[in-house]
Amino acid sequence: MKKVKVIKIDVDKCNGCRACEAICSAFHSTPKYSSTNPERSRIRVLFDPLKDVYVPVLAGDYTEAECNGRDLYTIDGKVYDECSFCRASCPSRKLFKDPDSDLPLKCDMCEEEPPLPEPLCVQWCLSDALTYEEREEEGEEEEKKPGEMEIGLESLVKKHGAKKVKDALARISKG
Amino acid sequence: MRYAETGVNLEIDLSRGGIEKEGTDPGLTELYLGGLGTNARILWDRVPPETKPFDPDNLLIFSAGILAGTPAPGANRTIVSTFSPQTLLMAYSIMGGFWAPELKFAGYDKVIIRGKSPKLVYLWINNDKIEIRDASHLQGKGSLETAELIKQELKEPKAQVAAIGLAGENRVYFASIEQGRSSASRGGIGAVMGDKGLKAIAVRGTKDVNVAQPAEFMELCNEVLKYIKDRADNPIKGVPPILAGLGSPQEMSLHDEEWHTASFAWGHARHRRKDFWNKKIEKQWKAIQDKSVERLISCYNCPMKCGGIIRHPKLERYMMKCYSKLTYTMAAMSDLAFGFKIAGLAQEYGVDGYTTPQVMAFALELYEAGILTDKDLPGLPAKTEDRFFYLLEKIVRREGIGDTLADGVYWAARKIGKGAEAYDHNTIKKHEQIPIKLGTLNPIYYLMWSTGEKINITQIEGQIPQAPFPTREEREEFVKDWVQVPKEEIKDFILQWGEPGTGFPNYPTTEAACDLVEWQETMHYIDDATGICAGLSSFPIKPPYHIHNLPRLISFATGMDIDEAKLWQIARRNRTLIRAINARKGMRRIDEKPPEDHWRKRFPEMEAKLLDDYYKFKGWNNEGIPTKETLDELGLNYVSQDLEQRGVYQEKKAKVAKMDSKKEKSQGKKE
Repeated sequence: MKKVKVIKIDVDKCNGCRACEAICSAFHSTPKYSSTNPERSRIRVLFDPLKDVYVPVLAGDYTEAECNGRDLYTIDGKVYDECSFCRASCPSRKLFKDPDSDLPLKCDMCEEEPPLPEPLCVQWCLSDALTYEEREEEGEEEEKKPGEMEIGLESLVKKHGAKKVKDALARISKG
Repeated sequence: MRYAETGVNLEIDLSRGGIEKEGTDPGLTELYLGGLGTNARILWDRVPPETKPFDPDNLLIFSAGILAGTPAPGANRTIVSTFSPQTLLMAYSIMGGFWAPELKFAGYDKVIIRGKSPKLVYLWINNDKIEIRDASHLQGKGSLETAELIKQELKEPKAQVAAIGLAGENRVYFASIEQGRSSASRGGIGAVMGDKGLKAIAVRGTKDVNVAQPAEFMELCNEVLKYIKDRADNPIKGVPPILAGLGSPQEMSLHDEEWHTASFAWGHARHRRKDFWNKKIEKQWKAIQDKSVERLISCYNCPMKCGGIIRHPKLERYMMKCYSKLTYTMAAMSDLAFGFKIAGLAQEYGVDGYTTPQVMAFALELYEAGILTDKDLPGLPAKTEDRFFYLLEKIVRREGIGDTLADGVYWAARKIGKGAEAYDHNTIKKHEQIPIKLGTLNPIYYLMWSTGEKINITQIEGQIPQAPFPTREEREEFVKDWVQVPKEEIKDFILQWGEPGTGFPNYPTTEAACDLVEWQETMHYIDDATGICAGLSSFPIKPPYHIHNLPRLISFATGMDIDEAKLWQIARRNRTLIRAINARKGMRRIDEKPPEDHWRKRFPEMEAKLLDDYYKFKGWNNEGIPTKETLDELGLNYVSQDLEQRGVYQEKKAKVAKMDSKKEKSQGKKE
């Protein structure tokens, strides 16, 4: 059996305060909580108050390809933006990329030792738009996930090729 | 590295198109903290009292509070300061929303605007890139519409926009600056923005805001959040529902409006309708509200849901908060459906939700009295509601009589004449007040209405129940966990209130009244520097932020070493500096008067003594001007020197001497 961590998102309850963005970016800063910057957050609330659209989205995997087409959702008469429900960090939008390095950001469920009872975005969402549950699923326990640096490097390798990255690293470490 | 603040202000000269980034002096942060405090210092230094509100040299300052952008819940306020065309005093209106944190993320604490643009422009702050852009295509557009158009044209849906509507462009004295559901609306600062030819400021930032001691800071933030959560489950017992919770009054979710409809005055602050609220009205209004409020919404990083998205069949969606739900409704003696409709329109035009309905009700009173006639109001509809819409259109366009009414009740009454002055019965310092008319003078409120300089009573009051608890047990229960008080003696006020002989106006003692006012006001001045919303701090009963945890929060965020005494002193310095700015502008004791009919029972001698004692308590002279000693003790020597040089302290003596010499002369004649 493997443990699956689930953040349940109830868009009807979202009040658009973006506390989730604030606390996520603070948690992932170094030293921890030393700085806040929603642009570095791995959760973003995509909102458009005048259309009553509020969608918290957690950063998923990086993808190097843009979608071939776009989808527009209409739910209860409200039209949602074509990328509203997508978790990817991708070339077609600025979302989920570190503003300085442009490296992709991905939600890690606030992994730390000892583990937090709930990811911080959930803890700071007093409206209960975000709630947390863990459930058991059939399957093998996942292998240890790659760390932040590995994810970053991997995407650099994808983008520029292994050789260029290696050369750049060598140059930088000499300096 | 600077903590909590960015240490950079933007200086914009609209006359020359100049854009400069100025590093700020950390010494000023230690003295005035930030937000309103440092705004006041800039206005004192750079805008001499001779400068008129619509002179190019008047400054318009947008400042983030010092904690805005940190994870402190509810730290999101923008403090806008300038000189008001209406009161001719310093105006310092404040708004929540998302603008201030975004400004910090862009790397700035303040935007300081001077000069006037020859054509309508807007400012685009995108991290390090600043542009003054043409806004001629936005002329006459609504405030929300402007924000949407700017975001589209910049292709920046995440930009935060503060904009004026038509009223600001036309320099209506009660024009607001709007930003989503949040507006900085008192004192006519929207008119100053319009006068400068500035339609909007759009800002987008992707930089970090740092705190000095992250772990300690977060611990406090978590305590605050936990307290807010606990309070949601445990409202204060024994007070009306509207006062039992945190935040701005939760008007968008609460249906019980007995407190506002029965305690506040209807029409042009004329009629109490103590029996208005009943089951039938409640049912009707609940249905209207449930249909209109689509979602409850918040400002940046705040769990309170003070705002609502409003859907109206005849309007675009808009956002609303708090008492603006009822200001138009009650001024027009109408119902909630009318309130939701006209408030949406008024917000697009960008006018203050408190003043505007009062001005319109005033105009209709003059019409009833024959002072304004059909000649002044051509084509005036028959129904009151339609007349309000009619007047709104006239005012925001400054069309016909609207041009006079757009200056507010005080100035309009004097311009219209023919006895119109007698209808100016609800202004203080030339500014419309909340429509409240009560029975017997309350000494605490007497002092607050008289001496508050932020014009709105809600921006000086807070934390204290509005009526005594009936039993000793309830009083004891209330004070048991009242940790927010600055000193234990304050609890006695509640413990004794309700015993025989503790009715107004003789209760509480002057001494206690001074302490209570000082406490309430001080907490607001702290909020105005930190940018924490009053709804989580100075305004509600038993708030999560108070004088015992704020010094630590501020210290951990900024790296400064601030204890309770030091924070109290900073607030006192800021408050005294603003008083000095206004004294230099000519504000005197004579201006510090609640409307005559504010209470039915008045006590002139007692009131004079209260004010005397309060002035002394504050270290102000008998004209309400901070004394040299007070200013010097606060390190405001440059202020006392200036006031001395201008002869401000000599005025009274000169007047008295003049009167004495007159007396002598007349006595001489008699002899």
